[in-house]
Amino acid sequence: MTDVAPRALDVSDLEVVYRVRGIDRPVLRGVTFSIGRGDSYGLVGESGCGKSTAALAIVRYLAGNGRVAGGAISVAGKDVLALGQRGLREYHARTVSMVYQNPGAALNPSLRIGTQVAEAFAVLGATKSEAEERSLAALMRVQIADPSSVLARYPHQLSGGMQQRVVIAMALAKDPTLLILDEPTTGLDATVEAEVLDLVKQLQAELDTAVLFISHNLGVISKMCDRVGVLYAGRLVEEGPVETVLQDPRHPYTVGLLRCIPRGGVRKDHGRLDTIPGFLPPLGVEILGCVYADRCALADERCRTDEPPFETVVTGHASRCWYHERAASLPRVEVADIELPAVDRTGTPLVEIQELTKVFKQRGQDVHALTEVSAAIWPGETLGLVGESGSGKTTLARTLLGIVPPTSGVALLDGSPLPPRYQKRSQEQLRALQIVFQNPDSALNRRHSVRRILLRSLKKLAGIGGSAAEARMQDLVARVRLTERTLTQKPVQLSGGLKQRVAIARAFAGDPRLVVCDEPTSALDVSVQAAILNLLVELQAEKRVAYVFISHDLGVVRYLSDRIAVLYLGRVQELGPADVVFDGPHHPYTEALLSAVPTIDGGGRDRIRLEGDVPSAASPPTGCVFHTRCPRFLGSICVEQEPPLVEVEDGHHMRCHIPIEELRVMQRKERATA
Amino acid sequence: MSTLASTPPPLARTEARAARSERLRLLARSPLVVGGGIVIAFWIFCALFPGVVCPHNPIFDNNFVPSQPPSWAHPFGTDTNGRDVFSRVLAGSRAILQISIAATVIGTVLGTSLGLLTGYLRGVVDDVASRFIDAILSLPLIVTAIFVVTAVGNSGRWVVTLIIGLIFTPVIARTVRAGVLAEAELDYVQAARLRGERSHYIMFSEILPNVMSLVVVEFTVRLGYAIFAIATLGFLGFGVAPPSPDWAAQIYQYYTLIDPYWWMTLFPALAIASLVVAVNLVADGVREAYER
Repeated sequence: MTDVAPRALDVSDLEVVYRVRGIDRPVLRGVTFSIGRGDSYGLVGESGCGKSTAALAIVRYLAGNGRVAGGAISVAGKDVLALGQRGLREYHARTVSMVYQNPGAALNPSLRIGTQVAEAFAVLGATKSEAEERSLAALMRVQIADPSSVLARYPHQLSGGMQQRVVIAMALAKDPTLLILDEPTTGLDATVEAEVLDLVKQLQAELDTAVLFISHNLGVISKMCDRVGVLYAGRLVEEGPVETVLQDPRHPYTVGLLRCIPRGGVRKDHGRLDTIPGFLPPLGVEILGCVYADRCALADERCRTDEPPFETVVTGHASRCWYHERAASLPRVEVADIELPAVDRTGTPLVEIQELTKVFKQRGQDVHALTEVSAAIWPGETLGLVGESGSGKTTLARTLLGIVPPTSGVALLDGSPLPPRYQKRSQEQLRALQIVFQNPDSALNRRHSVRRILLRSLKKLAGIGGSAAEARMQDLVARVRLTERTLTQKPVQLSGGLKQRVAIARAFAGDPRLVVCDEPTSALDVSVQAAILNLLVELQAEKRVAYVFISHDLGVVRYLSDRIAVLYLGRVQELGPADVVFDGPHHPYTEALLSAVPTIDGGGRDRIRLEGDVPSAASPPTGCVFHTRCPRFLGSICVEQEPPLVEVEDGHHMRCHIPIEELRVMQRKERATA
Repeated sequence: MSTLASTPPPLARTEARAARSERLRLLARSPLVVGGGIVIAFWIFCALFPGVVCPHNPIFDNNFVPSQPPSWAHPFGTDTNGRDVFSRVLAGSRAILQISIAATVIGTVLGTSLGLLTGYLRGVVDDVASRFIDAILSLPLIVTAIFVVTAVGNSGRWVVTLIIGLIFTPVIARTVRAGVLAEAELDYVQAARLRGERSHYIMFSEILPNVMSLVVVEFTVRLGYAIFAIATLGFLGFGVAPPSPDWAAQIYQYYTLIDPYWWMTLFPALAIASLVVAVNLVADGVREAYER
């Protein structure tokens, strides 16, 4: 390093503690890393590892009970921890910017965008007219469509992606030395995420800003960062250039994290996902040896008593593991492989939906949430639903369950029609269709014990009580791998993964025939996600239950699904076996969705970008609804005629004017050049 | 069943207890709450055992020299009928506590039920009930109470209790309804519907426990208002009739004689003030403890 100018960020031996009930609990334990000017650095780790605490310590926004107990932080050569009131204000105003996960909460809902962006410049001493001028330029810089009209709008009138662009524009107003992005795209659709990430990358190069990128998504980190640090229980356990850390991880935790993620086209019939057993050590416990020893399959006596040093593996790549040369040989968690019988699609489908249409009335407008959606699900199979938000995935699931009645069309169970509303359905029909919700916190009654939750469901759904219910509950609990201890606990006392297991046990209380899984793992960490996915597969193999699986994570959908339906603006654009839909030839929309996903393996997926947002379902485009954003737009036929959903291959349906053979040629050619 | 029951007390129960005791600890740490609690406890004790605390019978010992100012023999003086004011003040808490607690319980039970019904069922029930509630809320409490008492033509203590309880119902219903609206959006309610639970089960077994903290806070706050309202009614001549020793009735009876017989009015008035302030101190503490 011959750099004369100080580095953008230097964190050395940072110790942060939170004071809880009068005791200081360490949250960061001697974290050291630095970011050069214009570089980007990623921090990864599961929730509770201290990623956000590190960011807050750097901007000195720690919560009231948190404080830096040791170490040093310097930004652009200035000691951040020594700043006084005025210095700190100056530091916030000119040197460092932070972008949070939820752009909606970062903007003031009652002020126009223009006022808020101008504020960012006014702080820097710009006059009113100057600030206005520069606001417009700032919005143009973040490539927002129609910037002058955006200035006059309120935050709620913008989509999530646009809001995040505004926040980024404000963060960059001061031309900061250091930009901290804390999960900036986690709440966004993959297509929007891709756009925002591209933008950040481009601006970073233009402005030569150093970026600290915090994410649990290794794909995003791999795309955005030069270097990455892996945090576990407040310890930096591995650090190095992104490619080497992700391709050749040298710490068992990194190895485990990478193995948890369903990727590279793995499917449930290829085998179970690897998981990380055990839990993060509770906040503030004294750890003698390696922080990860308790969960590590390679750990031995030495790991439990002596903390391994942060040892350089190769230049620039360090790992805090005694056995880093053996990390790749970390044994997989032993899970018995199970046999998934093939799905028999000759008989009557378990559930069939016929031309379901749902129109919501909203402020006098008709919002077409679903338009003539048809599909069938056979026992023991998983139908994956994918599409951006607003595509109608959730409405479809809710219509099936009878939570919202369809405007027209019908759902059949075993060939006979289901009443459109759940109130009119028989107990038998209710039992057959159950749901696992996205957010286990709100899905479980926080005043009821797990035992009460399960017994009640057994009573209503299985129609049993007393000792029969007790016995079934024990069986259920064992099946979802909960311990007996959890029975007396209330949801608050359980971790996210355990709560989701309780929710799954509840759904399975009455031996359902079809379970709707609405993003069941998106609120969970990847290691927990893997365990939940394994559980769902096991239950499917044992019970021959069918799933309607909704997820925005295409890797997860692919892992679990037998067939996949791609929805756009309430219409099925493509429906077919999972491998066919993923491997192509795909519908242009599917193609765009797939190429938006940042992959860990790198690779040339960056071929297609969808521009702009999903059009309003209140006034969907004419002809093919996708024509306004279609990368393979043909011409007037797309604008004038809606293509029918036709079976283009065996079991593969698609709604596109381009013949499948042509799509195959086009997509193969691009794959070859990529 | 027995196998489960015999397992050692799991962590859960102790943790739940810890949360509860944490709340109690919080309450016990505030000197204002403790002070208020002591005052309330004192008045409740007086109400329960007037014979123990009163030096003289508040009604029948009327042979003292009438209209004497405070002295060692009669610390609060004597009234125009020759009764010991000190004894009458100590005994006077009984009626007001009975009425206010009973009225608040009535209002809380009815209000909570109405709040659950309107907040959960929505639709026509909610529209009609909510307009009705809005209408009642726009009326001044005391004036309405007087109006109703006059219209009923009977101002016995149970009539007053019922009327205050009914007047509180809409206030409590509206607070509870707001909490229920938020709860009803949560997925556990949806899950209950999808397993075929009936509405009353969902309202009372699923949602009610989750809005209970609101109900507790509302109860303590309303209790303060109830005491105040009942005292006001008593002062205006409704409620407890003489010769029962009621604070408000004493004030009503003697306030025209305040000059020179100030002790006959002052001490019952201070008693009312002490109880209202004490209840409000505790109510503030409870609200803080629950809203953390």
